[in-house]
Amino acid sequence: MTKVITDVICPFCGTLCDDIEVTVSDDGKKLLEVANACVIGTEKFLHSQSSDRVMKPRLRQDDGSWKEISYEDAADYTAKLLAKAKKPLMYGWSSTNCEAQSVGNEIAEIAKACCDNTAAVCHGTTLIAVQDIGLPTCTLGEVKNRADRVIFWGCNPAHAHPRHMSRYSIFPRGFFTGKGQMSRKLVVVDPRCTDTAKMADMHLQVEQGRDYELLNALRIALKGEWLPDVVAGIPSEKIREAADTLKSGRFGIIFFGMGVTQSLSKNHNIDEAIALTKDLNEYTKYSIMPMRGHYNVTGSGEVFAWQFGFPYSVDLTRGFARYNPGDTSSIDLLARGEVDAMFTIGSDPGAHFPISAVKAIANVDSVCIDPHLTPTSGVSKLHVPVAFNGVECGGNCYRMDNVPIDCRKVVEPPQGMITDEAFLIMVRDRLKKLKGVA
Amino acid sequence: METVTITMKNAPALYLEADTISPDAFAGKSAAQIAELPVFEGNVPSTLGKYFDVKGNAGATAADTKIVVKGDAQKVKYIGFKMTAGEVVIEGPADQYVGAWMKGGKLTVKGDVGAFAATAMKGGEMVIEGNAGNYLGAAYRGDWRGMSGGRILVMGNAGSDIGMYMLGGEIVVNGDVDVHALTHAEGGKLTVKGNAKSKLGGQMVEGTIIVFGSIEVMMPGFKPNGEVELEVDGAKAKFAHFIGDMGERHKKKKGVVVYGNLYKKI
Repeated sequence: MTKVITDVICPFCGTLCDDIEVTVSDDGKKLLEVANACVIGTEKFLHSQSSDRVMKPRLRQDDGSWKEISYEDAADYTAKLLAKAKKPLMYGWSSTNCEAQSVGNEIAEIAKACCDNTAAVCHGTTLIAVQDIGLPTCTLGEVKNRADRVIFWGCNPAHAHPRHMSRYSIFPRGFFTGKGQMSRKLVVVDPRCTDTAKMADMHLQVEQGRDYELLNALRIALKGEWLPDVVAGIPSEKIREAADTLKSGRFGIIFFGMGVTQSLSKNHNIDEAIALTKDLNEYTKYSIMPMRGHYNVTGSGEVFAWQFGFPYSVDLTRGFARYNPGDTSSIDLLARGEVDAMFTIGSDPGAHFPISAVKAIANVDSVCIDPHLTPTSGVSKLHVPVAFNGVECGGNCYRMDNVPIDCRKVVEPPQGMITDEAFLIMVRDRLKKLKGVA
Repeated sequence: METVTITMKNAPALYLEADTISPDAFAGKSAAQIAELPVFEGNVPSTLGKYFDVKGNAGATAADTKIVVKGDAQKVKYIGFKMTAGEVVIEGPADQYVGAWMKGGKLTVKGDVGAFAATAMKGGEMVIEGNAGNYLGAAYRGDWRGMSGGRILVMGNAGSDIGMYMLGGEIVVNGDVDVHALTHAEGGKLTVKGNAKSKLGGQMVEGTIIVFGSIEVMMPGFKPNGEVELEVDGAKAKFAHFIGDMGERHKKKKGVVVYGNLYKKI
């Protein structure tokens, strides 16, 4: 006999779908089928069952081979590495739960480390802009029930957040949006004709790297001021038409992604987009929301912010928290040669950082805590495999709209495997002894 | 004026945070006392004397103290941090936060400087003979009060985001500037003798930008407003005048709306 577990949370993207159904074997040890999830989410669940999974911590030997060691030895190695380093970098956190992140912050404080999450290469620029001019935002429930103007700027949810459009933004029939897609106007701003753009009522094919100018032009069009004939490759008449479409709705939402946060202008793009949202609120109700990637990157920002006061790129080396991306952000620290140890958890900088930064990881003492085999585990000296969070253990996570949702455990981890949090507690206790902290 | 010469003898393996290299911290101290001033390499507290050879005693006050930094200071941050008077001369390049929160005195760098030089500068004079990095004379992260006084001269090029949230003072760049010069400015003046890239003066409320070279892409928020003749450094020339950023909020002074001014040499 098999059991079906309903209302499971999907630990893949920031949409944090909460309607997944998982079929497990009678003894709760095997995960057999996944229903309702998108193809990426399904794969995330099923990957925990793969036969080539690494089950024990492995330490790189001088000849390049791996040697299996115990969790105790791995925790000893990690604690010693952090105790010795002058400026360790603790990076990742976005694919683990808030409980583990909080233990990680304790470690960072004792080790006087720099700590950063994946926002550094993702929506960190959004957080800079939010600090600069604020954020008029809402929850995804409000979007579903109210939004009749939906703007996707520099993001492609059809591929990156596959169920976002069906659960919240385009298709669902909400309280005031009873006709579903028919009651919404979809505007997509993207230099490419993406699958999301193909569904749009209006696609503004902006010139690459000119989002800032286009956002500025929309603000000018709202004010009815003079505009050049063409801005960012788009004729001014079309910009004025878009401005009219935006302000004619009852409730509008701007979703934005990597296309604006990591292209030319970075935080300024978001700054201007938030200012546009603010301007639109003079005509109707508008909100703006980042399309967060990892399922708990938002939670990592929350935990950093409530414990250190800043949402990412925190430098604790002087014993107090400092924050200035450009100086304290991971890629800059690595590429400039500012750190002498690297601790990675729940993310894969090896696959996402520039090669100069990845080389720096390979050149210093390093630990990678990750259930998967990744480019980061490949360049690290110690690889500690752990239980899959959200599949083999529960814990708190934050959805992209800052709503906390508890993940659920659906299947037992393999015999002897421990969670992120349990391993971090082992490291913390050892580090306390090494540093003589009570 | 007394001169203290510090020469790098043991370069740090990582980067050195030396916010004590300023006339204010040195004032009234002997060479031996200066060598005992605290610095940080990562999370390890240390002394200035471990890295630098210190020669000469400081004057009684900051105004009477001149500091000459010799040797490789490329990995040294915060030189001239919060200085209020006196003089600092860096004989080569330096890293980030040179003259950050500077209030007075004179700071000369004979090489390039890293990012965040003259962060939130309030007064004094800074001369960078090489190139400047990003965020020159900008506000600190999250602050809406950028450079409010003083003068910066960059003989080479400057990076992006210079003069962000600028309120007053003057920046002169003899070379080119990267994107986002004077974003969010509410005052101050920037003169670019070379070329500017895009996003120049974006979200600008008030302030003045003068560009002698080309502007790669003009912000749509800057509206043509005729031509004017301006005198810069004693030479008169004709400039196209633009006002903006039209998308941004603007104050009224004596019943007249005040815009940011952008002049481009014709």
